[in-house]
Amino acid sequence: MLDDFFIRALIAGIGVAIVTGPLGCFVVWRRLSYFGDTLAHSALLGVTLAYSMEFNIAFSVFIISSLIALTLIQLQKRTNLPGDALLGLLAHSSLAIGLVVIGFLSFIRFDIMGLLFGDILAVTVDDLLIIWIGGALILLVLKLIWKPLFASTVNYELAEAEGLNPDRAKAIFTILMAAIIAISIKMVGLLLITGMLIIPAAMARNISSSPQKMVMYSIIGGLLSVILGLFSSLEFNTASGPSIIAASLLLFILSLFNIKQSIKLKN
Amino acid sequence: MSSNQNILVKLNEAGFSLNNKWLVKGVSLQVEKGKIVTLIGPNGSGKSTTAKIALGIYKKIDGSVKKYTNKVGYVPQKISIDWTLPLRVNDFMVLTESLDKESIDEALSLTGVIHLKDKNLGDLSGGEFQRVLLARAISKKPELLVLDEPVQGVDFTGEIALYELIKKISDELNCGILLISHDLHTVMSATDHVVCLNGHVCCSGSPMDVAKNNEYKALFGEQASQILSRYEHRHDHIHTSEGEIKKN
Repeated sequence: MLDDFFIRALIAGIGVAIVTGPLGCFVVWRRLSYFGDTLAHSALLGVTLAYSMEFNIAFSVFIISSLIALTLIQLQKRTNLPGDALLGLLAHSSLAIGLVVIGFLSFIRFDIMGLLFGDILAVTVDDLLIIWIGGALILLVLKLIWKPLFASTVNYELAEAEGLNPDRAKAIFTILMAAIIAISIKMVGLLLITGMLIIPAAMARNISSSPQKMVMYSIIGGLLSVILGLFSSLEFNTASGPSIIAASLLLFILSLFNIKQSIKLKN
Repeated sequence: MSSNQNILVKLNEAGFSLNNKWLVKGVSLQVEKGKIVTLIGPNGSGKSTTAKIALGIYKKIDGSVKKYTNKVGYVPQKISIDWTLPLRVNDFMVLTESLDKESIDEALSLTGVIHLKDKNLGDLSGGEFQRVLLARAISKKPELLVLDEPVQGVDFTGEIALYELIKKISDELNCGILLISHDLHTVMSATDHVVCLNGHVCCSGSPMDVAKNNEYKALFGEQASQILSRYEHRHDHIHTSEGEIKKN
């Protein structure tokens, strides 16, 4: 019989995968993987603040990540530095500040490994509520902004010219990114969240012919990764985050073979 | 001048500068329902910029622009689509507006690319893609069409057919069209109003009026003025890469 904590982890993981599927597609399409990394790095600061002020971790991470995202938008407007330099600046400085704050909080015991790579033992019933309610909200908002966001991903000027307000959609999407990182941090860990967003979506890109199919395959890929990863984590006593990501890599490799087969079929 | 209700977009002394350099300045024009307004001018004269001002893509502009409709179809001059997206022609058609199958098929048939409906956008040739772009812009039955060199890369017979189609759309949908074209022949055949740009409005009016204008002659040469005033479809000139027109 499965232990109770394992079922909680499974339910949490499934909730995360359903949300990272579609968001991950946009991360791949809009080339936002470093942006995701930056938000994830800044999450450490959010976690430390949550500990020091006895605040909910997901909420605190969401606030800090959103602030970092808004800072990035302001910096882009005010400087001529390229985007990746600004992302690096924000990622590492927020990580550094987070670590400095940890130094001050020597009276609290931190499970750094759990923070970085995820800890399924730590998933509580409250976390499940946050993941499923937060996840449902993220998906609902994404559905509402889908058209302008997708249109501006294809071509910004077309979307703007034809009255879709792409800037607003982009700003809202940024907040959604902060939210998904906040709800999945306990599950996958802050170093691997971007992998959870990108790898299933990349796998889906290899086997899909339309955006809708890519979103669908990305969700399926994420779900399979979570289930495979968590079972192997239980079996081999490995950290949950790395196990899930390794499973998704396995699926990605399989999707490459699929391409070769379809090319053979065409010829 | 027709009544105000017919105006779709109106620019008043509009201008746009980038890095302290004016791309275009002091442009006043208006597009009305059922009318075709054509922008002509050499490369770098601010034609596309003017179109983008009219569309509201550029926000920090000088002067003013008023758009009286939100049903807009746009064919940009340059469009770069990222191939990380798996996008078929069919998906592209419903990019900014949900359409039923009939509207999609009708528009694709009109521009002669219905057979490409399930093809990946990245697999199209330049001319095919241009036809899809035009189909997408007209499929939503817009009130205002902004066409920035809509037939670039289209084969010769297709070019004529597409310009005829544009004229037909303007009549049937009663939509206003802001057209940018390098081909002075087509300007004469369909346009109601010509605006000749060279960083500013160098002259404007009916095609006939513009052809007689001295500034226009100075910009395009005597030969081009004869094309406009006579409108005979004879290929007696070539367009250089700088956008100038040379006699053969």
